[in-house]
Amino acid sequence: MFFQQIVNGLALGAVYALIALGYTMVYGILELINFAHGEIYMIGAYLGILLLTFFTVVGLTQNHLVLSLILVFVGSALYCAAYGLTLERVAYRPLRHAHRLSPLISAIGMSIFLQNYVMLAQGSADKVFPHILLAEPITFLGVPVGPLQMFIILTSIVLMIGLHIFVKKTRLGKAMRATAQDKRMAGLVGIDINRVIAVTFVIGSILASAAGVMVAMYYGLVNFFIGYVAGIKAFTAAVLGGIGNIPGAMLGGFILGLVESLGASYISSEYKDVFAFLILIGVLILRPSGLLGEKASEKV
Amino acid sequence: MTCLLRARTRRFAAEYCSRCVAACRSADRNVRLALNLKTLSYIGIPVWIGLLVLPFIGSERALALAGVTFLGGLFWQMATRVSRSVQFLPQIGILLEETGRLIRVASEWKPADRQRRALTIIVTGAVLILPLGLNNYFIDVLTLAGIYVVLALGLNIVVGMAGLLDLGYISFYAIGAYSYALLSTRLGISFWWALPLGGMAAAASGVVLGVITLRLRGDYFAIVTLGFVQIVHLVLNNWDRVTNGPNGILNIGRPALGAFVFSQPIHFYYLILAIVLLTILAVDRLNRSRIGRAWIAIREDEIAAQATGVDTTRLKILAFALGAVWAGVAGVFFAAKYAFVSPESFTFFESVIVLSMVVLGGMGSVPGVILGALIVVILPEVLREFASYRMLVFGAALVLMMIFRPQGLIGNPRRRVELRCQDEGRLLRPHTDGKRM
Repeated sequence: MFFQQIVNGLALGAVYALIALGYTMVYGILELINFAHGEIYMIGAYLGILLLTFFTVVGLTQNHLVLSLILVFVGSALYCAAYGLTLERVAYRPLRHAHRLSPLISAIGMSIFLQNYVMLAQGSADKVFPHILLAEPITFLGVPVGPLQMFIILTSIVLMIGLHIFVKKTRLGKAMRATAQDKRMAGLVGIDINRVIAVTFVIGSILASAAGVMVAMYYGLVNFFIGYVAGIKAFTAAVLGGIGNIPGAMLGGFILGLVESLGASYISSEYKDVFAFLILIGVLILRPSGLLGEKASEKV
Repeated sequence: MTCLLRARTRRFAAEYCSRCVAACRSADRNVRLALNLKTLSYIGIPVWIGLLVLPFIGSERALALAGVTFLGGLFWQMATRVSRSVQFLPQIGILLEETGRLIRVASEWKPADRQRRALTIIVTGAVLILPLGLNNYFIDVLTLAGIYVVLALGLNIVVGMAGLLDLGYISFYAIGAYSYALLSTRLGISFWWALPLGGMAAAASGVVLGVITLRLRGDYFAIVTLGFVQIVHLVLNNWDRVTNGPNGILNIGRPALGAFVFSQPIHFYYLILAIVLLTILAVDRLNRSRIGRAWIAIREDEIAAQATGVDTTRLKILAFALGAVWAGVAGVFFAAKYAFVSPESFTFFESVIVLSMVVLGGMGSVPGVILGALIVVILPEVLREFASYRMLVFGAALVLMMIFRPQGLIGNPRRRVELRCQDEGRLLRPHTDGKRM
């Protein structure tokens, strides 16, 4: 029972961590809470369902299951990247030098817009993920673990390692870190800031789309408002780990997933969502810089 | 005159069509022209939008949307050209310019004291006699608008004046509504006692939230208030013994004055009107007081305000409490009007709707916020058939407002100067670039 909950928590935490990375990367560079990021995740989940339905109709799923699943992930990632890019171009770039509240309100507006756009286009009823995967639990160290849970945890870890390598080793990753440190200086040494910001949004959106598709597979149901709660929780995870800090977001996501899973089974399942917010408020009051974040000195 | 106008319209249409055809032909004939960046954006943006929406709305509607976007782009290009070169259809160009100037003058109009007084009397008289000619449905809509005016004015204290982005404002509304619901059904306390009590309960929770969030700034503050609204919503939903969970509380007592019981829509209209007028009076006085100026100082530069001796801690809590009072009062009225409360009425989206009223009308401007609340409540009722698109338009309007008119429909004159000065300040102090928290 306990280990079962640990595995559940890890799978949930992996999803939170993937979404949290998008928040933390954007915040690291723009100091903006990308409120619409949860919506990108929701769009990813919807695209997973739509693409898989499409492939099933075409007949690809029946013959080449793995190939069609890979295509679903890739297609959803491409679309979410396009949405993220458009989001940045339309709602945030014109406001880069505006008053501090302006981009935040614009982000809220975009979030409402995307939610209602999906609702109007796809209806407000739950969408069901086509049941294609075997859900026979595997026994792992004496604990029955669903193959989907293993898949979610492993895929997330692979994606996170990939992100870490990208940020630490590549030229673009270096440009990203430089931009996060000081936008103006980065611009002066020849980094194309607009390009770096666009890439940040693209990467964040791809991670969110992966999370969305996996959640759709795991729960089998998708609705247009899943992005909101997941977004808030992922943001909590990002703050918990220290916003702007990439390993922090991963750690925060896993901690939050574990707390929620254990709290729901041992304390109260009705107040499951309260834990996340209590953690958020507690962290913000006691240690606003998060677990791994550095204390930012305030510039006057 | 009409003949002349018709001929011009025809010429305009002919010109428009021929340009469209020419654009298509030239794109066809000349590949290099198609690669021209501007032409590309006219074709590229519709194609991009069409591809984005393709999996969601299907190929036919995606194609239609792309087509509409393309034609809209062409039309926009034409229109800007028309208004720029006044040779072609001079009237329209002048008309556009004149309308723009009129709007600008109207929005920057600063009435003198006497005009102001006259205007106040006219508007008050109008709202007093307005419902006499309306049916109950419209009176209910106006009453609802009144509730939102109170809410928006209260939120304006926190967001517009003190500059704290409070996303959890609706929880104070919930606290007010539930206090009256519980006081009335459990203890049988009358509306008139509940009104101040509900306001005080909301203010007390405002103080608690204020104390908790004192150390936080900007975005963090917004997020904690958002968490607060979620927690309140969850508690209302799950604390069955007190709040009766998602079913809500029924049979809340009606307000009564002696033997007279408020039961008709028109009674509630005049009741909310009185509350609205009281709110306007209070907020307006507050705006011009020493406290109001201190809030504005905090909003503009907290550190500078602190350095000049403003007690920022106390004033921020005060802003919270004074903002929350009005939400509490509005909540009590809400519970009395509908005789029913349930958690469904107090979601984060309600908070966003109230916030959008403040932003739309103009943060910090009392007439602006009232206008914003009226527009947001009444417009969807008038455009009933577009009701499902309401939130979609809301979202887009918030984004567009921030990009094109951040000061709102009726900007606060003081705020307008501040918004303009900010760019200059940025030039003088380049190192503060976006890093202030």
